[in-house]
Amino acid sequence: MNIPALEVSHVTLARGGQVVLQDISFAVPKGSFVGVLGANGAGKTTVFRALLGLEPLQSGTVTVQGVPVHQGNPKVGYMPQMRKLVGGQLTGWSMVAAARKGQKWGLPWCGRPGRAAVDAALEAVDAQDLAKKPVASLSGGQRQRLLLAQTLLDDPSLLLLDEPLASLDPARMRETAARIHALAQARAMTVLMSAHDINPLLGLMDHVLYLARGKALLGTVDDVITTEALTALYNAPVDVVRAGGRVFVVAEGGGAALQPHDCTGGHTHA
Amino acid sequence: MLDYDFMRIAFCAAFLVAAVCGPVGWFLVLRGQTFASHALSHVGFAGATGALLLGFSPLSGMTLGALSAGVLMGFAGERTAGRDVMIGLVLSVALGLGALFLHFLTHAASAATALLFGDILGVSRSMLLWLLVLSVSCLAVLAFLSRPLLFASLQPELAEAKGVSIRLLDVIFLALVALATAECAQITGILLVFTLMVAPAATLLRMGLAPLVALAGTIFLAVAEAWGGLVLSWYTDAPTSFWIALIGGIVFLLTCGAQRLFGR
Ligand SMILES: Nc1ncnc2c1ncn2[C@@H]1O[C@H](COP(=O)(O)OP(=O)(O)O)[C@@H](O)[C@H]1O
Ligand SMILES: [Mg+2]
Repeated sequence: MNIPALEVSHVTLARGGQVVLQDISFAVPKGSFVGVLGANGAGKTTVFRALLGLEPLQSGTVTVQGVPVHQGNPKVGYMPQMRKLVGGQLTGWSMVAAARKGQKWGLPWCGRPGRAAVDAALEAVDAQDLAKKPVASLSGGQRQRLLLAQTLLDDPSLLLLDEPLASLDPARMRETAARIHALAQARAMTVLMSAHDINPLLGLMDHVLYLARGKALLGTVDDVITTEALTALYNAPVDVVRAGGRVFVVAEGGGAALQPHDCTGGHTHA
Repeated sequence: MLDYDFMRIAFCAAFLVAAVCGPVGWFLVLRGQTFASHALSHVGFAGATGALLLGFSPLSGMTLGALSAGVLMGFAGERTAGRDVMIGLVLSVALGLGALFLHFLTHAASAATALLFGDILGVSRSMLLWLLVLSVSCLAVLAFLSRPLLFASLQPELAEAKGVSIRLLDVIFLALVALATAECAQITGILLVFTLMVAPAATLLRMGLAPLVALAGTIFLAVAEAWGGLVLSWYTDAPTSFWIALIGGIVFLLTCGAQRLFGR
């Protein structure tokens, strides 16, 4: 039998003493491209941290390719959520190189194999032209490309990307998602990619992992993004509206259970 | 100038101190923690005056005070709410304590001036030995942890995921900052610690060099600025710390100007 890339069974996660996800279970098959969806605060980042071995499990087990999670697994690549930029004066190349075996003690010295690895990672995301520029002078999308290059340094088989599309304009969102998808296909990587909005990922995802109200639901887009499935998940009336080739998840009467990002109440969120 | 023993000692001391302040300062500026070094120097002031009162050398008191404050600050953690306010409070209480200790000292005025503005010409041989031990150990530790420290400074979440202990690095780094600050205060004084810790580091950081090159560069620049200050003070009679501060500021501004000019 095929070992799943990722298996989460009966896991409960808490942040700051509060349960964020309760007794969630799902398995991701190898090579799958999974969109992790859910409102702000639904627990997307918390799940990723658990998959990296950074969050203690209150209960349950997580295995990555059949091995229990542990911190510093080189097979797992991680792109944290965008945060305040540190060291914007450094060049793109230096920024990526800092992550190459960055956990080792000693001087920040790359050596020939290290330089080759950094160059190859930059090339894989078409970022050679960003290598010489100070990071502070780059756009959000360009910075995301550098972060993506960093995740490729250890040649991981599982990629966890936390909101890589945030702060991009809609056209760039689609382009970035397609780029990540193509990379995953070429390198046979399993990808979990969180997003606020499902639309840039439509047609690319093999599965959706939907997080809401402390629960998680994994399945194909057609199975999960339906009025019935999401109403059951939220335990509140939710409508899934398909219009113009896009999908909107709408809370009836702007229900308190949903964050604005899920609701298209007055404004659309493309 | 080098015929005099005190000048030779001063040049050695300036070298030892600047060689540590440069690279430690580079990380300090990179991590945006310059305020922490400022606070540590003030706690060091309380330690130094306390040590004088008890009959110990000010360097030992300064080192001990700054070091314990640095380690505590590291354990308190970056994310603790109201950290700035805490640091500010500790800083002012420490300065207040320093003022109290000074009040009880007999040669208060000269001791205060030496502590606040530095007294590089008053460095003794035994103090030089201390500085040597401190500098060598600081640089050795920094060399050992510079790679994970760089990674953790630039991308804490990713570094954590790769198995770097962020908290441990925070504590060790702030301890290094404390030691460098205490050393630096011998030369520039507590009030001008920034001149050797921050000015060369900020200049090199602006140039966008590769980290290892920049770290080596900060050593050269910091030593050059410290020695420049000594030489100028020899010929002009103005205090060394004044010249170091002035050179640091001018070099930084010139670098910024040159970058504007060449469109970087
Ligand atoms: N460092 C933290 N300490 C305490 N609670 C946190 C922390 N980070 C997140 N939380 C809480 O955990 C929940 C899940 O957060 P998160 O996983 O970041 O959500 P998402 O990534 O989906 O926006 C939220 O309710 C948030 O308030
Ligand atoms: Mg998040």
